Formats: sequence, C-alpha cells, structure tokens
Amino acid sequence: MGLSIEDITYVYDSDTAMAVNALNHITTTIPDDQFIGLIGHTGSGKSTFVQMLNGLLAPTTGRILYNGEDIHGDGYDRKQLHANVGLVFQYPEHQLFEQDVITDVMFGPKNLGKNEEEARQAAEEALSRVGLSSEYYKSSPFDLSGGQKRRAAIAGVLAMHPKILILDEPTAGLDPRGRDEILNLIRKMKEEMKMTIVLVSHSMDDVANYVERIMVMNSGQIALDGTPNEVFAHVEELESMGLAAPQITYIMRHLKDLGMDVDTTPLTIEEAAKEILSALKGH
Amino acid sequence: MAQRSTIGQYYQTDSRIHRMDPRVKLIGTFVFIISLFVVNNYIGYVLSGVFLAILIANSRVPFRYIVRGLKAIVFLMLITVICNLFLTKGTPLVSFWKLTITYEGLDFACKMAIRLMFLIIGSSMMTLTTTPNQLTDAMESVFGPLKVFHVPVHEISMMMSIALRFIPILTEETDKIEKAQIARGADFESRNLMKRIRSMVPLLVPLFISAFRRANDLAMAMEARCYHGGEGRTKMKPLKYRKEDVASYIILAAYFVLCILIRILGSRVDLVRFL
Repeated sequence: MGLSIEDITYVYDSDTAMAVNALNHITTTIPDDQFIGLIGHTGSGKSTFVQMLNGLLAPTTGRILYNGEDIHGDGYDRKQLHANVGLVFQYPEHQLFEQDVITDVMFGPKNLGKNEEEARQAAEEALSRVGLSSEYYKSSPFDLSGGQKRRAAIAGVLAMHPKILILDEPTAGLDPRGRDEILNLIRKMKEEMKMTIVLVSHSMDDVANYVERIMVMNSGQIALDGTPNEVFAHVEELESMGLAAPQITYIMRHLKDLGMDVDTTPLTIEEAAKEILSALKGH
Repeated sequence: MAQRSTIGQYYQTDSRIHRMDPRVKLIGTFVFIISLFVVNNYIGYVLSGVFLAILIANSRVPFRYIVRGLKAIVFLMLITVICNLFLTKGTPLVSFWKLTITYEGLDFACKMAIRLMFLIIGSSMMTLTTTPNQLTDAMESVFGPLKVFHVPVHEISMMMSIALRFIPILTEETDKIEKAQIARGADFESRNLMKRIRSMVPLLVPLFISAFRRANDLAMAMEARCYHGGEGRTKMKPLKYRKEDVASYIILAAYFVLCILIRILGSRVDLVRFL
C-alpha cells in the first residue's frame, strides 16, 4: 500500500512577512518495494517533503495516508509511523549521542518498547547490514570516520525495521569511494529487505545508476516523475531548474548530434561503452 | 515549537527607527527603562505609552508581532499582579473568604503590570529594530571609556556578538536534532518529569558536540585572519551620528525631563489631596 500524498501544501512562517510556500499542491504515491530518487535543487522543498512523509511536519492543507490511514488523524500512532517510515537525516552528528555504537543503535528499538535483548538483536542485525562489524560495537560513535558515522546513523533507523526508508543526502561530504560504498550498501539493503527506499540527492550521477524511479522537485512542486530514462529525456527542463542529466547522457547526446547512430539512454559507463561499440561495429 | 517567542529577535524592514544610530537606540532604551521607574502616576504612564506608541508606529514593526513577544512573560506578569493584588495592605475594596483586595493593592498591581509590559515592549523595540552586530558595535562605543579602567570592552562585545550570532544557528540545530531523534522514536512530550529530563540527553549531547565543534572552527577561522583582539583594529562601518540622531537625542531628553516633571508635579498633587 505505502504512502499516498493527496494535494499537500506547506507554508513556513505563515503569519509573518517572511511566509514561504515550501510545498505547492503535491499529489503522488510512494508504493511498497520501490527504489526512488528524489532530486531537487537546494530550496526546492525536498527536505520539507520528506519530513512530511514520516509525520515530522504536518501539511498546511491536504492529507497523507499510510496504508490507507490519515497519519494526522485523531489517535493515529505517530511513533509507529516513525518506525514504518524511517528517515535518516543528512548529518549523522545530529543523532549520534550514546557512549558506544551499539547502545546508540539500540535507542530506536528501545523507544518502540523492545526490551534490552530484542533491541540488541535488532541493533546487531542492522549494524551488520550496514557493514559495521562487532569490533566497532564498543567504540564511541564520535571516533568513527565520516562514512562510518553515516553507516551508524543509517543502522540507527534500520534497527526500527522501516518499510519505507528515506535517506536525506546520504552521500553529502563523502569522498567518491565512500559515496559508492554507501550507495551500493543501500542497493543491497533494498534487494535483501524488499523495502521502499527514497534517496534524496541533488546529484543525478548519484542516483541515476541505482533507482527505478526519479522524482524531480522544483519550487515546491514535483516537476518530473518517471523512470530515469524518461526523466533524462528532459535535459533542457532539468537545466532550467539548475539540475543536470548524468554526464554520460550528455556524451551520448553529443555523439548522436555528431551523427553516430547511438541510443542516448545508457546510464552507466559500461552500458554506454557497449552501446558505442555496437554502433561502431554496425558501420 | 512553531510559535517561538519573538523576544530578542530582529524584524527586517526599513524604517526611521531601523536607520537610527544604534547608540541612540541603546541609550534610548536605558533612558526609557529608567523613566518607567521615575514615573509613578497614571499621567506619567500615559506619557510613556504615547512615547512608545509613536516609536512603534515609526518602526513599521507590526503591533501583532510585538505583542507575541509578550506571551513569554504572561505568567510572570500574572504572578506579580496577583501577589500585589492580594498582599498589599491598605483600605479594603472587596473581600471574600480570607482574601482582601485593597485600593492600594489594585493601584499597585495595575502600575506594576503596565511597568512590566512597557519594559518588555520598550526593550524589544531595540532588538526588533537593531541587528545584533549594530548592537554590539554600539555597546563597544558607549562603554568605550571603561577601557581606561582596564575593562576588556572590545573582547566583551566580540563575545556578545558571537554569542548572539550563534543563537539562531543553535536554535536551528536543536530543531534538526530534535527531529532526527523523534524520527528514531524519541519522546519529548512525556508527562512524566523524570522521563522528560532523561529525554533531553539525546538532544543535548549532539548539540554540545556541535557547539564545541563550531567554536573550534570559528577560533581557527579568526586566527587564520590574524585576529588579535581589539588593539589597533578599525571598523569597516564606523558609527557616525547624523542630524536625525541628534534630533532623537533631543526628543529623548525632552521625554525624560517631562517624566521627571510629571513625577514632581504628581506628588505635589497627591500631597495637596492628602492635606
């Protein structure tokens, strides 16, 4: 069933001169078991949007349904929603606080009423999924490297067994290797756990190779929504929003303009190489 | 948390009061606060009220916005008013059960409420119309003479401006941390007091760590730009009085003299009535 978003708007500081329309009549659905990339320029409303999805912010108008129930309805268990729709914020520094990694990851499950033993089990499972081995359990979360901190933060949310996991810029500030590691990890999690993942990013190259659906946000609205190939067909529109298609798309388009008979849809370098080779052989 | 108190915030707009030299506003605020304690009868409060009203009208800050700042002190005001109302001895006005409201109590409570309200509005007029940087510049200049007594005026004002600058940053950070922890099922709204205090740990630890990190970064950045204290340091925008500022000082002085006159005359009137 997943989440269905019905015509939501959100206005910051509505009663002052500084009122900002952060979200503007958004309607969409986020089904189970889908890998979604949410792309947008800084200030496009994507952070506000994801905070709506797990109930941290309430829409000014419109409603959000999770499995058919209004998440801001009377008596709705918001805490359970936070568990079902997990949200990992951009900076792991904002959530790590315990003395060691394992206790920190246990914080979420414990808040859901799990006992010590169950929480530890959930934490160990989550940590092994993000690739932090038992040698890190007892180290302070503040001594970890940037990439490891991010893994610990993801584990902290993963331990609550979310059905939908939203990651806000999980690769920001990481070097290319750390970035690829995190992204591969997320893909593996998606495949093994059959959950929906919403990957928030402002980089097309980050998400193009991984996701099955891309939502592009621009000034509080969903401007484009479709498979990566559908979205990247609108290069000019993307550029007018301050975004860009993946670099490989530009190369393929350029080759085509130069008269080479290639398809412009490849998203990875390997696919592109294959396409170019077959085009060359065709001649 | 959506409706934060507006006390101490800056309201961005362009007005006569906003353009005024911050030193005038700083001294003006001191004078206004003192005047509230000089004045002790209702004629005086009417004068202060009119003065304040003119100020607000000229500042272009919406009145609604200013009043919202008062919310924070409603509780304090209620306590003061109730205490004064019931605990002042004098001529009884109404009395029920064991409580008596006296004429003097009512009089005193009213005055106290007006005084507190004007005090808060008056001082928030300064912060609403002056950026923190202007304010600390003004402080450095006004308290400058204290350097003779080896008071580290520059350092104090630098510390203040840094502290003020960090308030919005840390507020925003608190908000983010709070959200990150709520997303992990943290409960900040428990009715149980002990639970509520304990729930602050996941909020405070990341906040402190981030504050220390920021302080470190800032110190490094300042050092990298050869900051070495106030000695021989010049300003990019030195404060200069303009005609309007001089006029403001004159108005301020006139207001203060009027307050003193009203007090002297007022007590004489009271004296006459008493005799």
